[in-house]
Amino acid sequence: MNGRPLLHSSYGSDMALLDTRAKKVAAGAIVAVALLLPLLLTDEVLQLLALCCVAAIGAIGLNLVTGFAGQVSLGHAFFLAIGAYTGAVISGAQGGRVIGFGITDILIWLPVAGLVAAAAGVLVAPLATRLRGLYLAIVTLGLVFIGQHLFNEWAALTGGVGVGRPAPTLELFGQRLDVTDAVGTRDQKLFWLMLLLLLAFAVPARNLARSRVGRAFAAIRDRDVAAGVIGVNLAGYKTLAFAISSFYAGCAGALLFTISGFMDPSSFSLLLSVQYIAMVLIGGAGTISGAIAGAFFITLLPRLTRELQAWVPFLSTQPNEVPNVFQVETILYGALIIVFLIFEPRGLFGLWVRARNYWKAWPFSY
Amino acid sequence: MTDLLEAVARGLGTGAGYALLALGFVIIYKATRVISFAQPALMLAGVVLVTYLVKVVGFWAAVPIAAVVTAVLALGVERAAVRPMVGKPAFAVAIITLGVDVAVRVVVNAFIGLDVRHVGDPWGLRTVTVAGVDLQQRHLATLLVTGVLIGALFAFFRFTRMGLAMRAAADDQEAALAQGVSVGAVFALSWALAGALAAVGGTFATAGGGVDAASWLLALTALPVIILGGLDSLPGAVVGGLAVGVLQELAANYQQHAPWLGGNVSVITPWVVMLVVLLVRPYGLFGTPEVIRT
Repeated sequence: MNGRPLLHSSYGSDMALLDTRAKKVAAGAIVAVALLLPLLLTDEVLQLLALCCVAAIGAIGLNLVTGFAGQVSLGHAFFLAIGAYTGAVISGAQGGRVIGFGITDILIWLPVAGLVAAAAGVLVAPLATRLRGLYLAIVTLGLVFIGQHLFNEWAALTGGVGVGRPAPTLELFGQRLDVTDAVGTRDQKLFWLMLLLLLAFAVPARNLARSRVGRAFAAIRDRDVAAGVIGVNLAGYKTLAFAISSFYAGCAGALLFTISGFMDPSSFSLLLSVQYIAMVLIGGAGTISGAIAGAFFITLLPRLTRELQAWVPFLSTQPNEVPNVFQVETILYGALIIVFLIFEPRGLFGLWVRARNYWKAWPFSY
Repeated sequence: MTDLLEAVARGLGTGAGYALLALGFVIIYKATRVISFAQPALMLAGVVLVTYLVKVVGFWAAVPIAAVVTAVLALGVERAAVRPMVGKPAFAVAIITLGVDVAVRVVVNAFIGLDVRHVGDPWGLRTVTVAGVDLQQRHLATLLVTGVLIGALFAFFRFTRMGLAMRAAADDQEAALAQGVSVGAVFALSWALAGALAAVGGTFATAGGGVDAASWLLALTALPVIILGGLDSLPGAVVGGLAVGVLQELAANYQQHAPWLGGNVSVITPWVVMLVVLLVRPYGLFGTPEVIRT
């Protein structure tokens, strides 16, 4: 429909993932540019962007349960940890200092890590079906503390605090994916891999959101009693939301430390949960593209504050001097959450909607 | 037997500290229907203030001053970050307080530095022996102060005009507003009370030891306490606090019989107890079940 992009003549075109030509062109262009980025950027930046892609997978997972289904979860770090350790155990070397099964193919450890985390999510779900709102938030907070105790103490699994264990091995059909070879450097290949994985996780999530399941989630979020009255199976869909969210978290957790190559049980603290909550809220609760934008923003934030040091000379880059960039970074997490929730609850996605609507009606916008 | 009694006494002492911290959460929840995740930061601010003031004015003057300053800080937080959110979903406000906590704690941690700061209380780890049972003086002092403060709070809510206004606003905000109660003042006062309680509770919970950057986790132990007692029940906060304190000390006392649980299992006992209680009673021991209607 040239010139009338919002005229839909069939249900299929109304519900399409990319329903206008502008969206098709823009989405295609973004993916194309992203695929070409490794040829332009330095390895250091690429490594950071690969980390952003993995964080985005985790943020999409949290957004499914918190943004779409409205079940507040502060326990995302717990599910990330379960995925991370499942992946590490399956792909870890046999007979070493820590438990390992020596199955290094990513096609095996990645899905299993997700499934084990999903199983943990299903175990938590009975609490979610009985509790609402802030009670649920505190229970999921409790999971983080119980999980941290477990991972700190179970040294055979995690290597113990301060020692840690190697992350899962990135290997596909016997080929290492994270070594420099004729195709590209280690970081170029890592970025391509994580970008493709992000696409592979984001598209199904977006698809889920517009399906029967996604509508059920939205109904539960908006008013669970009303949803129950119109025939949405509350217990079933809440369990499903936790299972899918935990699956995403498990996969993200397993991938998260492959970039640095090492993981320590103290990483999975409440701060990690807060970071993911910040990604979802700053990006935009209830939108997949918002979760991705939020994940990129929060993951790039440490790097941006380090750049800040050039402009604000009294900031120190040494952690033992006051004030230093690490303090500024943590304060920014808190301040950004507050500012976005007060002034733009729809997050970065809301900012984009505002800008789009302004130019849509330009020059008659007011 | 003496061993058991001593553990219970220690538990009641730490539990009294938890009860004070939990009362702060419950007062804010009753007034605004929000759990304030900013309490750990306020507690830490209060305790750190005490550690600085104690050298200048002594312990008994330092605690009230710190309580007042923390109350003013809490007022500021309420005014700047929470008041604009009136009428928004409780979850959004709770996350805002989480943001406040993260930001304020960085500033407070800068005043703590890398070392442990001593609270400088007059008791240390000294004990008195009653009928063959060693009781720590700091625990007796905590119990005493908690008792006095609970009595004062009860009198305030029961006998003063503002206390009546707070109870009315907790019952039904719109009805209270229609009767001329300033709900804004109720919000502000409940945050101030919670800030003061956090400072006092934190000081007594860390008395005899010291405070470092990890001490904020102490205030989070009040979360399972309020869930256990019921989010909107003041007596529940006190009973829950004492119960959690005792269970924690018992777990610490007898954990050598279950080495497979790992060391420091007492840290997570409150959370495990909370999970078990919630599976049986979703609104805690004394909480009001929510009436749901469309």
